Amino acid sequence: MNTVEVVTSTPPGTPGRVRPTAPRFSIPGLRGVGAVGQISAVVVAIAGLLAILGPSLAPHDPAASDLSLSFVGPVGGHPLGFDSQGRDLLSRVFAGARSSLVGPVVVVVLSMIVGTLLAIATAWRGGTFDRAVSAFLDVLFSFPAIVLAIISSVIWGAGLTSATIALAVAYMPYVTRILRGAAMRERAREYVAALEVQGLRASAICARHIARNLMPLIAAQGAILFGYAIVDLAAISFIGLGVRPGTADWGVMVANGQSGVLQGYPMESLVAGGCIVLVVVAVNLLGERLTDRAEQVVR
Amino acid sequence: MVRFLIRRTVMLVITVLAASFAIYSAMYLAPGNPIAALTGGRTPSPEAIATLEARYHLNDPFFVRYFRWLGAALQGDFGRSIPLRQDVSTLIAQRIGTTIQLVAYATVLIVIIGIGLGIVGGLKRGFVDTVVIVLTTIGAAVPAFVAAIVLLSVFAVQLGWFPALGSGDGFFDQIKHLTLPAIALAFSALALVARVTRTAVREELGREHVQTATSRGIPTRLIVRRHVLRNASIPITTVVGLTIASLFAASAIVERAFSLNGIGAYLIQAAASKDMAVVQGITLVIVTVFVVINTIVDILYAILDPRVSLGDRAR
Repeated sequence: MNTVEVVTSTPPGTPGRVRPTAPRFSIPGLRGVGAVGQISAVVVAIAGLLAILGPSLAPHDPAASDLSLSFVGPVGGHPLGFDSQGRDLLSRVFAGARSSLVGPVVVVVLSMIVGTLLAIATAWRGGTFDRAVSAFLDVLFSFPAIVLAIISSVIWGAGLTSATIALAVAYMPYVTRILRGAAMRERAREYVAALEVQGLRASAICARHIARNLMPLIAAQGAILFGYAIVDLAAISFIGLGVRPGTADWGVMVANGQSGVLQGYPMESLVAGGCIVLVVVAVNLLGERLTDRAEQVVR
Repeated sequence: MVRFLIRRTVMLVITVLAASFAIYSAMYLAPGNPIAALTGGRTPSPEAIATLEARYHLNDPFFVRYFRWLGAALQGDFGRSIPLRQDVSTLIAQRIGTTIQLVAYATVLIVIIGIGLGIVGGLKRGFVDTVVIVLTTIGAAVPAFVAAIVLLSVFAVQLGWFPALGSGDGFFDQIKHLTLPAIALAFSALALVARVTRTAVREELGREHVQTATSRGIPTRLIVRRHVLRNASIPITTVVGLTIASLFAASAIVERAFSLNGIGAYLIQAAASKDMAVVQGITLVIVTVFVVINTIVDILYAILDPRVSLGDRAR
């Protein structure tokens, strides 16, 4: 990975490392995405920074509770007030960025890697292998992501790891199906035949040429899936089968704040929910722009 | 067409069978000892263990147990919940009504408001369209559980217009109890449907035959109905169908947020308490519904769009 080069060539405020796609492509990619895309990228970058630095930026200890401050509203030094346990909300929002965003990044990376490999392999080999993989994916398609996550929580126990793996497995068929179509088009191009005639190994053609030409599409898919992954993972944490209840995590905080909502103190749930919505809007807008651009490039 | 229907039905059956096998083997592999669950932690005598093993067929080979389970499930018998000592089908039957009502209510909202917003945004350029785009962009990013919390906070707690939790008794009371959950469940799906509708309408408006019709002086109302909406209905049907299919799984989260007594919330509860028979039964129901609706969408798509290849080449 030429991460160093990427970081040095990054304009201020542009995400180099937070997006779940290959850094090499994400930087020139930002040129074709327009103003809305740029603003979205900045929001995603800030969220990424929070995910990396959040716990150390927190003004107070996110776990320190003082029951006498339960549901106390905004006061000096505590701009968002306190949750039901009397813990500083702003600190919990900062600290919660990590598990709320790193989990989805892992989901996207895992599903994209496996999906891309399967897509290129099936497009290249075709025949029985292609049909066998398709049949397998059809079965996976019949499980909604939430159901897979619930099953996985029964087998491996509830937790962030089991939820992350379940979501990666649930998204992988979508990645494969979309990229397989693009890989088939790429496979049929003349330059591939030319390289084959020249005696280049199939693996080299796939890795160096086909995979690279699919990069814009992979980046776009990654961004779109990232939005879904944030929502789904937070939902799993909300129902108590993801990030351990009590941890500072946006999905957990929405669930945690529900008792407060019913008593007329909705701050915790609303702030955590608002963070999720804001990041997902930005990620979706960026994903749309990247998709538009990918379609111009690939076709 | 008939061959296409047969092929899709065969694929449907194979997929559901494969999924049922995956579900059963997953639960089979899951850790946990059913004997311990049955005896509640006490140490049973060897005879008691033997009796229990015989009653729940715990010593049979895996495939024998799978096919017995599948055969019974096909007849609507999903086995017994070991912790509750009740038939799973009874437990599901008591709760599936709530889930179906919730999904149906949400579907009505998605179809009416989602398609309506999309058509308005597609036909009217300028300010109205911008409003639709902004609303749907934000709406699509609001997870069902966040929508649930906001609705609870505003309409149940602050304004007191709707009850906060529970399913209610009697038809009108149930509608009242299900209104906020249905809105929460429909929210992001509605935005998605509106966006797809808007794009489809816009695309059809730009087609040559529509512009020709306009230039010939055919009333706009007629053009919209005959040429734009009819053609736009193909992508709209697809996205609405796929959305409804996903609602059955998504309703678990909304049921949980509003403490509704549906199969989704029960699935979560059963997963947390490792009630394997219930998890198997409910996931099989949800997966089957999901696959069946997807197949219906595929078939509808082929009926609506004559250009779709049905796969029989000799025609």
